[in-house]
Amino acid sequence: MLDVSILATGIVAPGLPDWSTARAVLRGDERYSAAAPLQVPPPLQLAPNERRRATLPTRLALAAASEATQALPELTNQLHTVFASADGDMHVVDQLCRAIYQQHTLPSPTVFQNSVHNAPAGYWSIAEQCQQPSSSLAAGDGSFAAGLLEAALQCHCTNQAVLLVAVDVPAPELLHPHRPLYCAFACAFLLSANPTAIHALAHLTLSLCPIERPPLSFTRLSNAALETMRLGNPAARSLPLFAALATEQMTSIQLPYWPDLLLDVQVQF
Amino acid sequence: MPIAPVRIRAYTLTTALGHGCASHTAALMQQRCGLRLSTRDELPVPAWIGEIPALDDVRLPPALTNFDCRNNRLAELALHGDGFFDAVNAARHQYGATRVGLFLGTSTSGVRHTEDRYRDHFERGTAGLAADLRFDSTHAYRSIADYCRQRLELHGPASVISTACSSGAKTFAAAHRALTAGLCDAAIVGGVDTLCITTLLGFHALGLLSPQPCTPWGLHRAGISIGEGAAFALLERGADRGDLALLGYGESSDAYHITTPHPDGAGAALAMRAALSSAGLAPAEIDYINLHGTGTPANDLSEDRAVFTVFGRDIAASATKGGTGHTLGAAGAVEAIVALLCIRDSLLPGTVNTVTLDPALTIKPLQISHTNQPLARVLSNSFGFAGNNCALIVGRV
Repeated sequence: MLDVSILATGIVAPGLPDWSTARAVLRGDERYSAAAPLQVPPPLQLAPNERRRATLPTRLALAAASEATQALPELTNQLHTVFASADGDMHVVDQLCRAIYQQHTLPSPTVFQNSVHNAPAGYWSIAEQCQQPSSSLAAGDGSFAAGLLEAALQCHCTNQAVLLVAVDVPAPELLHPHRPLYCAFACAFLLSANPTAIHALAHLTLSLCPIERPPLSFTRLSNAALETMRLGNPAARSLPLFAALATEQMTSIQLPYWPDLLLDVQVQF
Repeated sequence: MPIAPVRIRAYTLTTALGHGCASHTAALMQQRCGLRLSTRDELPVPAWIGEIPALDDVRLPPALTNFDCRNNRLAELALHGDGFFDAVNAARHQYGATRVGLFLGTSTSGVRHTEDRYRDHFERGTAGLAADLRFDSTHAYRSIADYCRQRLELHGPASVISTACSSGAKTFAAAHRALTAGLCDAAIVGGVDTLCITTLLGFHALGLLSPQPCTPWGLHRAGISIGEGAAFALLERGADRGDLALLGYGESSDAYHITTPHPDGAGAALAMRAALSSAGLAPAEIDYINLHGTGTPANDLSEDRAVFTVFGRDIAASATKGGTGHTLGAAGAVEAIVALLCIRDSLLPGTVNTVTLDPALTIKPLQISHTNQPLARVLSNSFGFAGNNCALIVGRV
């Protein structure tokens, strides 16, 4: 079991442009509009050159991270970070393959440098001038759980605040049938190992639970449109945690991790 | 903050230099270069590659054929080296399948498989990408962990770390944290990366692919030579006197540029200092450094500055990528195992291919391999794109 506190959070998704909107929607105070376009603020933290090169996952990650760290700007360049993404940027893979096999040309160096899974982490570290350790990881649809677990482990082992960012975006046309993600989604959680942290949004206790027998019992969302989003993007598997934060009700959440293992999250306030 | 050493109970590696530890020790002693000039049709540029031809004939077990792709074939081949498979079975029986974690690094997972589907679509007119893409079990980052987890019958925590060329090294750090926190009692770590056309041409487009076999620290070094490779280690909590163990790790970010390392190696120096601090060691207590040593002008310059800053000019060091090629996401794991072999077999490996050292660099890597060199503690550097750095220290407790 691992204990960790959430100090702040951030979210960017269609119809959920920030945490205050998401909180109102998840509390039922505002209607959710699934048709709302994705609004991604420009990554003003980056120098113009890097801003131009930053791809959608990077811009989403930076926007969510920025919301989670805005209350503690003096802390930002001291943060350890964990970036979770199931599939990185599938547009980049598509562009590289098209250059070679469709256009019979060399890939663009700029596109290639964005092909690494840790590109969003790299841009974030440059934007915030943060030289602290950074991990980028994947575990398919369990990527958010894997990221939360790694971030909590880093909190536990270093006693430092850790920023967790999760992001995934839909695939381009050719890859989409093979990996049909529904919409773009990014979220961020600023975590602390200090269980008595004042101003904490919530305290979490994480534990791994073997799944002996399917059917699986993951925490779902009552709103059908948000449940579609949850199932349609690995980073959006975080939505039940946002729902718990919004309603401030003590609860227990089951997040998908591996087909034979789920991550149980006890949420306390 | 000092950490407790964790025992390295078993380890293995497979690269262009061979299958298993013994062939690597022999190749390192003989200073063999595993690189050859690529004759692939799809590769319209001169490139020396560290290829593992045996992968063409590897077959996955019938129940796992949906995972079939070059990267998972490499994992299958490598897992059978040095009795590693049996060591994992023993650990699983000892601790239970849910108590053995798995942390693997890769930069491109099964993207080679996806490239073939794109080629077939554009050059042979298949409708879309063919159904045998099997995205989740080939292309997806998770694929390599999913395959190994099922192959080794493990049900514990697992993830794939993908931080470019530091991925394989960082799995040791992730496993150490999971063991320390009690999330698991043993952990498989390592890295698996196979040759991809996009990667080869991408590095060429960046001007970082050497037209000759790479010459780390060399006077006219012109870039990297890419290899494929896999390495695995089995870690467990606790370590007794005389055991080979992970003694320390250090991680950092350059926060400088996406593809160019910090010119003074500031991030790299941070990682090495953090590794020393976590191991509770002074720089003078490190017997040998296995350099990241890729052979690009900027990488070696940056690492030279960093190593000099932390260790001074007289540290014994060398780069082994002239033998294996740069195995990218696997390199950190491959070279951690090389570091273990250096200790086990009392070996200081030379820097293969490099004839004339760059006089502008302060650190003078060993050019010739030396045997009968008792080593107690070795540091291995791994630095990746996006400024991601990791240094590991392995040694005898």
